[in-house]
Amino acid sequence: MANLKTGEKKTKAQSMGLHTEVLTGKTQQKFFNPDEAENFYYFGTYDVDFNKRTEIDVKDMECREANKKIDELMKEGYGTIVIKNPQGKHSLGVGILNKLNLIFEGSLGYFGVGSMDGPIVRINGRVGWSCAENMMAGKVVIEKNAGSCFGAAIRGGDLICKGSVGARTGIDQKGGTIIIGGDAGAFTGFMMQRGRIIILGDVGINLGDSMYDGTIFVGGKIGSFGSDAVEAELTDSDQDWLKRKLKVAEIGENFDVSKMTKVVAGKKLWNYDALEPTEKKGAI
Amino acid sequence: MCGIAGLIHRGNTSKVGFELQGMLQALKHRGEDSTGYALYGKTDGQNFIMRFKVGENVGEGSTSIMEDVSVYDERKKIVDGYLKDLGATIVKEERTLPYSLRYEIQYDKDLMEFSQKIESVPGVEILSMGKSLEVIKDLGNAEAVCKRYSLDKVEGTHAIGHARMATESGVDIKSAHPFWGYPFSDVSVVHNGQLTNYWNNRRVLENKGMRFMSECDSELIAVYLAEKMRNGATLEEGMKESLMGLDGVFTYFVATKDSLGMAKDTMAAKPLVLYESDDLVAMGSEEIAIRSILPQEIDTYDPFDGMVKVWQI
Repeated sequence: MANLKTGEKKTKAQSMGLHTEVLTGKTQQKFFNPDEAENFYYFGTYDVDFNKRTEIDVKDMECREANKKIDELMKEGYGTIVIKNPQGKHSLGVGILNKLNLIFEGSLGYFGVGSMDGPIVRINGRVGWSCAENMMAGKVVIEKNAGSCFGAAIRGGDLICKGSVGARTGIDQKGGTIIIGGDAGAFTGFMMQRGRIIILGDVGINLGDSMYDGTIFVGGKIGSFGSDAVEAELTDSDQDWLKRKLKVAEIGENFDVSKMTKVVAGKKLWNYDALEPTEKKGAI
Repeated sequence: MCGIAGLIHRGNTSKVGFELQGMLQALKHRGEDSTGYALYGKTDGQNFIMRFKVGENVGEGSTSIMEDVSVYDERKKIVDGYLKDLGATIVKEERTLPYSLRYEIQYDKDLMEFSQKIESVPGVEILSMGKSLEVIKDLGNAEAVCKRYSLDKVEGTHAIGHARMATESGVDIKSAHPFWGYPFSDVSVVHNGQLTNYWNNRRVLENKGMRFMSECDSELIAVYLAEKMRNGATLEEGMKESLMGLDGVFTYFVATKDSLGMAKDTMAAKPLVLYESDDLVAMGSEEIAIRSILPQEIDTYDPFDGMVKVWQI
């Protein structure tokens, strides 16, 4: 990782057994220098004003039509968009690479707000499978429950579900934080590579199965540990971080983080970082 | 991929045919090779309703071999003769389509012997035999099948259905869901997933005298549960045993004359969204199925891995 800022965070992160990089969204781009952030932009992004607010009713719209409408509104400078009547439709709010306040008044289907980088999303309902898949940065808050594969392969940002989630939450997670207010299903943190998952309730079988790296914190009972997932000591730094994160997430007020179980990779399967340079060398 | 949907009204009846049509049509992107309905209607419970086919739908997309319509008439005549031999009385007869029939029958003897006799006629299959259950399945999406069989007017307490994308077997009626839990009247099953120990289980069950009409892996669930119940297990006990007895990935629904159940495999690999209230339970592969009957904001959730639930009417 070139040109990534470290510093005080380095000590804390290391004490938590985490990587030292600030793994949020665009900072993971190896070619990106944070000092040059002003010059970095995505094609097709817009200057929006958060105080400029509008609503759209998507009841009779197909998802493509609704997503196009969101894009048009951002183009017009709207920084706060409220989506009415999503009614479980799939793939709403995907691919938004812009600053935006996006509010869904209802539930989403599959792949909601996937592949996004930057928006702050509030969903006043439930979400289906693979919510926020591949999210790079931003914040998503779900008021009710979520389906399976919640936060699959996210790279950064905060993904918060106030209810319970299905199986394979954080599968292939590469960064960011997933916070669950309720229970989580089987195979939570399956093959996760980096990032953190916090579950305040119980979790199902095979927690952290085949995880390479990253950390999982569980407040309730654990069904069983997956292959190469091991319990680690919960440090003071962990507790400070957990308290701060839960406060920011507006979840688990007064939750006793000192009783949480910390789960990390045993690193018997851990080899991708070691192999990566060799593979790259071969490719070059 | 396939989509499944089910609903049960607790303590009242509704137009379940129309409701299930809406739910399955919302899932049509998960497969529209065929669609099947298992409807538990409002009947007097006196006579059996036998839904059976005397041939296949050989329309567009079908993998069945074209047959002359006269063959259907021949088969129907043989079935009518066998019914007489078995001591069954046909109270009412409807021929919805050349290959699809609905008989209301007075019969009080052994169902297995009955079924074996009727299904010994080549090309004939009993789709359902129940006092409240009627299984209707055909090629096409939910709307097309509903229209073809006028299902939107059917009133009842509960129903399960299936929108099929054919993967393991042919595009034909015999491989379409739901499957009847032969030889138990009023038991039906729909399934989303793949079973990997189908042949092992099938061989064992066939040796125990159970019957398979198709090569669709999903039929195994119906037969598996029927065999468990034949040996005295309750529906819920049979379903719990199936979590270990069936290998692969699955979410399935099973319905009896007065209950509806769901089971999800221990990997939770197949989707299911569930809505529960005091008077209605609705579930489907995706939330949009439930939204088709409950457009208002509701609380739904994904059942966890290895979960089995059964609701009574």
